[in-house]
Amino acid sequence: MLGNLSLDALPHDPIAAGGAVMVVGAGLTMVIALFVTKRWTWLWKEWLTSLDPKRIGIMYIIVALAMLLRGFADALMIRAQQALASGDAASILTSDHFQQVFSAHGTIMIFFVAMGLIFGVINLILPLQLGSRDVAFPFLNSVSFWLFIAGFILINASLVVGEFSAAGWLAYPPLSGIEYSPGVGVDYWIWALQISGIGSLLSGINFMVTIFKMRAPGMTLMKMPIFSWSVLCSMFLVAFAFPILTVTLTLLSLDRLLGMHFFTSDMGGNPMMYINLIWAWGHPEVYILVLPAFGIFSEIVSTFSSKRLFGYASMVWALGAITVLSFIVWLHHFFTMGAGANVNAFFGIMTAVIAVPTGVKIFNWLFTMYGGRIRFTTPMLWFMGFVVTFTLGGVAGVLMSVPAIDFQVHNSLFLVAHFHTMIIGGVVFGFFAGFTYWFPKIFGFKLNERLGVYAFWLWLIGFLMAFVPLYILGLMGATRRLDHYDASLGWQGLFIVAGMGVLVLGLGVLCQIAQLYVSIRDRNKNRDTTGDPWGGRTLEWATPSPAPIYNFAHIPDVTSRDAFWAMKEKAAATGSVRQKFSPITIPNNSSLGVGIGVLAFLVGFGLIWHIFWLAGIAAVGIVILILIRTSGEEDETELSAVEVERIDAAARHNTRRKRS
Amino acid sequence: MTTYSHMKERVESDVKVTLGFWLYLMTDCILFATLFATYVVMRNGTAGGPTGAELFDLPFVLGETIILLVSSFTCGLALLAARAGSKNQTIAWLLATIGLGAAFLSMELYEFAHLISEGYGWERSGFLSAFFTLVATHGLHIFVGMLWAITMVVRLSSGGLTHSTTRKLTLFGMFWHFLDVIWIFIFTIVYMMGAIT
Repeated sequence: MLGNLSLDALPHDPIAAGGAVMVVGAGLTMVIALFVTKRWTWLWKEWLTSLDPKRIGIMYIIVALAMLLRGFADALMIRAQQALASGDAASILTSDHFQQVFSAHGTIMIFFVAMGLIFGVINLILPLQLGSRDVAFPFLNSVSFWLFIAGFILINASLVVGEFSAAGWLAYPPLSGIEYSPGVGVDYWIWALQISGIGSLLSGINFMVTIFKMRAPGMTLMKMPIFSWSVLCSMFLVAFAFPILTVTLTLLSLDRLLGMHFFTSDMGGNPMMYINLIWAWGHPEVYILVLPAFGIFSEIVSTFSSKRLFGYASMVWALGAITVLSFIVWLHHFFTMGAGANVNAFFGIMTAVIAVPTGVKIFNWLFTMYGGRIRFTTPMLWFMGFVVTFTLGGVAGVLMSVPAIDFQVHNSLFLVAHFHTMIIGGVVFGFFAGFTYWFPKIFGFKLNERLGVYAFWLWLIGFLMAFVPLYILGLMGATRRLDHYDASLGWQGLFIVAGMGVLVLGLGVLCQIAQLYVSIRDRNKNRDTTGDPWGGRTLEWATPSPAPIYNFAHIPDVTSRDAFWAMKEKAAATGSVRQKFSPITIPNNSSLGVGIGVLAFLVGFGLIWHIFWLAGIAAVGIVILILIRTSGEEDETELSAVEVERIDAAARHNTRRKRS
Repeated sequence: MTTYSHMKERVESDVKVTLGFWLYLMTDCILFATLFATYVVMRNGTAGGPTGAELFDLPFVLGETIILLVSSFTCGLALLAARAGSKNQTIAWLLATIGLGAAFLSMELYEFAHLISEGYGWERSGFLSAFFTLVATHGLHIFVGMLWAITMVVRLSSGGLTHSTTRKLTLFGMFWHFLDVIWIFIFTIVYMMGAIT
């Protein structure tokens, strides 16, 4: 009846039990808080069932930030373990638990933090920047989000019921096969990723159609802001890479569930096939994450330099080149596989070549700053921190693109340091920059600058302290994922410095939490009364802050790049014209997205624990919900012209009153 | 004025849905491409078991192919009938499509059952794992397509030929023809090339 599920699945050792208590405790606290404040209806109607991309974006970001804390806790455990585990010293974690911790750290940080943050920002900003009222398929957007949540719940459930994968964040077979990982850990990993991955794929299609079909009139592709271009390229990669992940995970689970022989080491299976497939997805994935961050930085550097972006066309071409090249470099993740000198040479050269368009972008950003009137706000600091760290990490990457060198540092901490430089220095700094920059547009008030600056410096210093020692350790021969090392190697000092770096970084995180608290407390002092707090150039700044549900009362007409800048200049010359309001249709809330998410969770849970009747019923349930949604006409409400005028006046009145 | 803006909205919505569906088909294409690549890599991983040449019955598979091609034709006729505004003909051609799909699927399942009963199931070798997965994924798509067609028949008979049903029918047609194209590749790469070598 319950498959493999029994009471033994509950955690036994104290640290694992602590994790379980924290997950259950956090859940219970939220439920109790909702009961005490009687906010259930509010939560359901205003948030969970909302189809407004701005609301969905905020929910993505809240979940991703919560997961960032969990991934960070894993990082603390890894650093603590390695700082102490010299020689015969007693370790904090058992080897098996240590393996689960680093597997969870990687999985969470990539799939549930970085992806969540990027999709959150895209939801918040893309429609606004295109001068559009919504995304192409608002309901599909909600489904994507709830599939992401289903994956998120699965990965957290593994802390309470059963165990998590101990096979690393990409679960290489044959280790991840049923023979060597008979527990449910790898299955949790598979289904959490599979379900949230399908959500990402649907989002990719949704945002591509939004960009192609919903730009404001006059906004040709070459007049589109660079952030939107970066999203287009990134979503193109999603559409082409995520199906590969879907297949790869399916094949691995077929091996585990039905006894197939795709990746087993006997019976005609081929483990290297898995490694090829997972990286054919995995390398584009890196660019899926970092391209939108490039876009964010492009917007920020031109706004805060008060100049148009240098080399717009070359930026677009560089994005396109990276998009194409990112599909023909995957083999550099395993030069040591033995594909032969010619194959390695090809992939090595392609990898080095990808540094060229990236370099073009770096120089374009620097030239944008050159001669500009630069304001050193927090977003701009994140940008400059990014240029330094990303260039450092990029150079390390070019170094490793040479197969002969890669053989020396393969699977070493040098590699670990390299990709953390790219992901933290690129994606995470990019998100923080964008979050600070667009925060007033979404919430109507700015974040506290002083605490933001503190957070930036703590992050930058902590980051360098944590990862520069890893570069050195890697060159000294330290491989990744060590739970113990010999004392005579002399590594412990550097590991301790790295551990202290993470603590400094943690202080940065505390500053950010304080920054949020202080900014919300003092929100009336920091109101954005103009809708354009930074002197912006693109359309998202053309509407009041916080942006109303329909984004724009009047769809803007675009005549040039930096459309809002042009509008401001024109308005200064001729004065603004009062336009008539017309009705606007907005989609109604839908609870079916939540339903599909819950059922998808049950499908995953059933397959993990071999409760097949549950998985079957839930799958049929999903089909029924889709049929319900697709029968009948579109479910939407029309706001009358009078209503639009009232909402618009309220938003602007709000603006004027707060200004005086 | 309102009717004009509603019509404009509807056209815009049609354009978005069609483009979105095309993009979905492209992602499905990548999915099959990955399965094909896996199959080609594992083709020789027979682990001492039978090869494709020993297992495949080409005339039987040719029969499957012809049935699927004809079903694509009837699907096209259903679409033409819908354009001509004839509800009953549309339903009739859709039913024919469903029937042919069912025939195709039964033949495929018969082939699978036959292989398994001979002891050549997916656990036998990497080659057979890849074979079953690729062909069954296509079969699963056909099954989903048939369910979709059944809901179309139900909707047509209760609601008639509306803008919404015609639009769904167009998407269904794209899906069904796409599966036909995939099958042509399966027939060529899996069965014909398998039978030769």
